[in-house]
Amino acid sequence: MIPRGSTVTARVREGPSIGAEVEKIRKDFPILSEKIHGKPLVYFDNAATSQKPQAVIDTLDRYLSTYNSNIHRGVHHLSERATDAYETGRKKVQRFVNAAESREIIFVRGTTEAINLVAHSFGRAYIGAGDEIVISTMEHHSNIVPWQILCEQTGAVLRVVPINDAGELLVEEYEKLLTPRTRLVSVVHVSNSLGTINPVREVIHLARRQGARVLLDGAQAVPHLRVDVRDLDCDFYAFSGHKVFGPTGIGVLYGKAELLEAMPPYQGGGDMIKSVTFAKTLYNDLPYKFEAGTPHIAGVIGLGAAIDYVAGIGLDRIAPYEHELLEYATEVLSAIPGLRIIGTAREKASLISFVLEGIHAHDIGTVLDHEGVAIRAGHHCTMPLMQRFGVAATARASLAFYNTREEIDVLARAIRKASEMFG
Amino acid sequence: MSDLRELYQQLILDHSKKPRNFVKLTGANRTAEGHNPLCGDHITLYLQVEDGVVQQIGFQGSGCAISKASASMMTDSVKGKTTAEADIIFERFHDLVAGEKEKAGDPGALGKLVVFAGVREFPVRIKCAILAWHTLRAALEGKAEPISTE
Repeated sequence: MIPRGSTVTARVREGPSIGAEVEKIRKDFPILSEKIHGKPLVYFDNAATSQKPQAVIDTLDRYLSTYNSNIHRGVHHLSERATDAYETGRKKVQRFVNAAESREIIFVRGTTEAINLVAHSFGRAYIGAGDEIVISTMEHHSNIVPWQILCEQTGAVLRVVPINDAGELLVEEYEKLLTPRTRLVSVVHVSNSLGTINPVREVIHLARRQGARVLLDGAQAVPHLRVDVRDLDCDFYAFSGHKVFGPTGIGVLYGKAELLEAMPPYQGGGDMIKSVTFAKTLYNDLPYKFEAGTPHIAGVIGLGAAIDYVAGIGLDRIAPYEHELLEYATEVLSAIPGLRIIGTAREKASLISFVLEGIHAHDIGTVLDHEGVAIRAGHHCTMPLMQRFGVAATARASLAFYNTREEIDVLARAIRKASEMFG
Repeated sequence: MSDLRELYQQLILDHSKKPRNFVKLTGANRTAEGHNPLCGDHITLYLQVEDGVVQQIGFQGSGCAISKASASMMTDSVKGKTTAEADIIFERFHDLVAGEKEKAGDPGALGKLVVFAGVREFPVRIKCAILAWHTLRAALEGKAEPISTE
C-alpha cells in the first residue's frame, strides 16, 4: 500500500535530465518552428496528439515513395520489404513495452479500438449476467462506453472507483468494490484530464486476489513513462501511436498470449484466417487472428520509427525533465490570481488542467491561440470526471519533452492577458 | 489575421459579464433546452408567448463569453417581437455568423447584433454564437427534444 497522507512529492527518477539538449531536440520537430498568428508556436496540446520528429516523417515518405505494397501475401520484392518492415514494427513495439513475444502485439486503430476489441472478444466470451467490471471516475469515454454497451448486452454490472479531491484513486474503496464476480478491471494508467499517474501495480495486485483480469489504458502513459507489461503483470495494455510521436490511425493492444489464444476473433475478414470454406473457417494464429483486412502498414512502420526516436533519447531521461517542467508550470500557473488547478495528485505526468475564475475554458483557448499557444479546452472526453469536480470544462496544457520553461512563461503571460480581457 | 477584438467586442464582453434577462420565467408557456456537447455550453430558454408575440423572455445556463452574450442579446432583440419577426432575425443572424459571405449583406437590419460579425472568422466558435438562437427556434416550434449544435 502507498501510505495515505504521505508528503512525498518527488519520485526517484533514473538518469540525468535532457534539459541541456532540448534546443537540439526541438530541431528534430519541423512543426516547432511554425508561426501561429505571427507568433512562435507553443504546442501544449500533446495529450491530444504529439508532434512528429523528422525521422518519422522521413520513414513514412520512404515507405510510400520506395516500397509501398500490401503485406503477407505478395510474392514480389516490394511486398516482402513491406512485410518485413511491418513485422519489424511489431518487434519494436514488443521491445518498447517489454512483451514476452511479438505475437502478443495486436495492431489496431488506436486505444479506443484496442479497448473495444477486448470488450467484444474477451467481454462476450468471459463476462456474463451478474459479472462485474470495475473502472474509475477518471476514465476517458473510450474506457466507459464500451463497457456500458457490454453490460447492456450481457447483464453485467459496471462499478466505478471513486477519487479524492486531488484526483487520486481511492484504493481502499477500490478494494471494497472487488468481489469474486469481478471479471475485469479496466483503468487508465495516466489520466488525460488530470495527469494523475495511477498506482497500477497495486490495482493489478488487488485484482489478482479476486482472480480478475486487468486492462490498462496507457494512451497518456507511454509518451512519459517506461512501461514494462511483464513487470506490471497486466493482462492487456492499450495505447495509441499518435500520442507517442507516431502517426494517427495506428494503435496497439498488448495481451497475454494465453488469453489472446483463447479469445474469439474480433473482426472477420482477410488475413485473420488459415482456410475458408462455406462449411467452416479456420482462424489464423496470433497476432493475425485479430488483424482482419489490410492493416495500416504505413502507420506501423511510422510507429516503429517513433519508438526508435523516443528510445534513442530514453524515457528514463525524458521523465525527470518533464517532471521539472511540471513543477515549474505548477508554480508559475498557481501564482495567477483566480487560477485553480484541477488535478493535484502526488504522482503526476506533465499535464496541467485548470479553470480561471469567471472565464470559460473556450475563451481562454481562443485568447491563448492568438498568442501562438495551443492548448485544449473542454471536457477532454471525461464528462463524469468534470461532474466530479463540478466544472463544465477545463483548459489543459499538456507538455512533452520538447517543451521549455520559456514556453511556460509565454503560457502564463497569455493566461494573464485573458484574465485582463475578461476580468 | 483576425484580431481578437473583432471577436470579443466590448458589447459582447459586457453582455457576457452582465447577461440581460438572466432569469427563469415562472409564467413561461414555451421552454427549450440547448446544449453544446463539445464545449459544455448549456442554456434553458423561457418564453411567454401571447397572441403570437414574445411578451417575456428569460434564460439560464452556463457557457463561454460568446454563447452567454449571444443568449443575452438574443433575448433583448426578440422581446416584444412577433414569432414571425423573431424567425426573420434568426435567419439574418444565422447568415451573419455562419451563412455565405454574399448573403450576409444586410447587417443594418440586425442592429446591435452585428457585433457578432467577427465570429465568422473563428469557425470553431460559430456554434457558441448560434446555440441560443437554435434554442429559440426550438422553443417557438415547441420541440421537446433538447437542441444540440453537434
